[in-house]
Amino acid sequence: MSGKTLYDKLWEQHVVKEREDGTALIYIDRQLLHEVTSPQAFEGLRIASRKPWRLDANLATPDHNVPTTQNEREAGVDGIVDPVSRIQVVTLDNNCDEFGITEFKMQDQRQGIVHVVGPEQGATLPGMTVVCGDSHTATHGAFAALAHGIGTSEVEHVLATQCLIQRKMKNLLIKVDGELAAGITGKDVVLHVIGIIGTAGGTGYAMEFGGSAIRTMSMEGRMTMCNMAIEAGARVGMVSFDEVTANYVKGRPYAPAADQWEQALAAWSDLVSDADAEFDKVVEIRAEDIKPQVTWGTSPEMVTTVDATVPVLEDARDDVERSAFTRAYEYMGLEPGQKITDIRLDRVFIGSCTNSRIEDLRAAAEVAKGRKVADSLTQALVVPGSGLVKAQAEAEGLDKIFVEAGFEWREPGCSMCLAMNADKLGNGEHCASTSNRNFEGRQGYGGRTHLVSPAMAAAAAIAGHFVDVRDFS
Amino acid sequence: MQAFTVHQGLVAPMDRANVDTDMIIPKQFLKSIKRSGFGPNLFDELRYLDEGVPDADNSGRPLNPDFVLNLPRYQGASVLLARENFGCGSSREHAPWALEDFGFRTVIAPSFADIFYNNCFKNGLLPIVLDESIVDRLFKAVDTQEGYQLTVDLEREVIETADGESIAFEVDAFRRHCLLNGLDDIGLTLQDADDIRTYEASRRESAPWLFGTV
Ligand code: SF4
Repeated sequence: MSGKTLYDKLWEQHVVKEREDGTALIYIDRQLLHEVTSPQAFEGLRIASRKPWRLDANLATPDHNVPTTQNEREAGVDGIVDPVSRIQVVTLDNNCDEFGITEFKMQDQRQGIVHVVGPEQGATLPGMTVVCGDSHTATHGAFAALAHGIGTSEVEHVLATQCLIQRKMKNLLIKVDGELAAGITGKDVVLHVIGIIGTAGGTGYAMEFGGSAIRTMSMEGRMTMCNMAIEAGARVGMVSFDEVTANYVKGRPYAPAADQWEQALAAWSDLVSDADAEFDKVVEIRAEDIKPQVTWGTSPEMVTTVDATVPVLEDARDDVERSAFTRAYEYMGLEPGQKITDIRLDRVFIGSCTNSRIEDLRAAAEVAKGRKVADSLTQALVVPGSGLVKAQAEAEGLDKIFVEAGFEWREPGCSMCLAMNADKLGNGEHCASTSNRNFEGRQGYGGRTHLVSPAMAAAAAIAGHFVDVRDFS
Repeated sequence: MQAFTVHQGLVAPMDRANVDTDMIIPKQFLKSIKRSGFGPNLFDELRYLDEGVPDADNSGRPLNPDFVLNLPRYQGASVLLARENFGCGSSREHAPWALEDFGFRTVIAPSFADIFYNNCFKNGLLPIVLDESIVDRLFKAVDTQEGYQLTVDLEREVIETADGESIAFEVDAFRRHCLLNGLDDIGLTLQDADDIRTYEASRRESAPWLFGTV
């Protein structure tokens, strides 16, 4: 018999009951909640007079709608200018108070983007099933956890039953072997992968990232990759447990305390894909082949390298892709064959659950240090992922580096990743963004998003157009 | 939840691949704390020529005359014909809510994104996967025959065309059962409450650090 994959193991450990039709009732260890996808779920509980099954499995924080300017933040929840945003944040506060769920409210230093907060607090642990009404929940799989996004009806289902009805997925291994060149990050790896397998390449699969390049990668880099598994169609991204995982988790507020630590480590050490595990699909990638990535179009698979050009129509696979290319040229205001380094930028956004952790900010600050944001830019924003990331960055003096270079240093939240608050692109503006989606209108009506790593975004801010960060030191 | 048994309706074609949930319902409308009222903003950026704002009256907004759902021949459509990877991107359940609120009861495509597919079933909206070649054929039929209708029979798992052709499709048994009967799956799961408690007790034993900390 062949061995088991990490996903097989996590699945088996959480089956409450298998049903005849091939679905199973899966136990959920942790649910994270935010203000956008939870109000209708709490309303559903109220209407049916149900109570949450297990309070201590839930943790909430507002992130999508919170303002990121200091002025607006200082006035507290009542000071949120946009009335609709305010209602959502207030509704989350009220629901958590009413049902007794722990929430890091907007003024709490632990508040932040839910996918940054969970790991930072040790509320995401190896071996857990983690869900949240948000597709980027895949992020938490970096901890050898089974984590995925769910819809609002399922949020209600988990609140009421601590379970989900699931069907087992297939196993996909993305094997990245070799050594990444200097300046190449998890962001470049995952964009490179999406460029190869496409935005539907992972549909129906649990996607594990393995290989020697992943073993030497930090937890931050792993989280960035798992975060974007969904952009390749996979609900689940994951990385096997190792020392890097253990070192990150140790000592976090909700991590196992000293007396349970050894017992937990013993249980976690098996959270790896066995050497003889069989995957349904394996994609092999040489780390040396990966260059800094930049998306040019309106889907994350429309990606190329910084030294390349916007693809021409002849590069499209078929008619469907040809028409997608044509639409993307028009929306993005780009010419086929145009050099990526010739794309002029209007704004730069460093933030989001993909790239707003301390390591991301350090990488961007290193590029920005002693330089100035180009005059041609309207705005360059740095938005830390949580209040704690912000505090850490300030302790290291990163905020000063950014401000001196001409970046705006903001309060934590989703911000310009999806423009639900005041931070957005103007019609037709080009933005170098460290977020995860370049869909039409994602960062503001008519806005044009180019996805890049934090260092690439910082370099682009300085130059006013894309530049190869490897030539920038 | 509204049950789905047999539905006959006018078909509207959405002829582009990778239609994402941001496109189905742009994020500014996610600010609602309700489940209903999203229909007027379905495909907002494609449907109107100006930028949509939440809680506004949409009736006076300039319509994009080229957008398929604005064409007179597709008014009243309740069957959406789509291309591959429909519903990709964000997990927002507002996407099926908007489709349903607009009047769609079923979406037919060669493939769907996982989370969207799942969310449809929770809301009485039936996603149907058909072979790419069949979907292609349906697109041609819709294009050439004005008023083209389909009858979707979930009980028998077939789609019937006006000229008598039957196209089989598959939906897994549990989801089909829930949709046919309009069942709330929380109630169903709670029938297994004892199993959940037993599992939970053993998990508390094997991984005590997961309990009582938050
Ligand atoms: S940062 Fe962006 S992708 Fe991440 S949770 Fe917030 S809105 Fe979603």
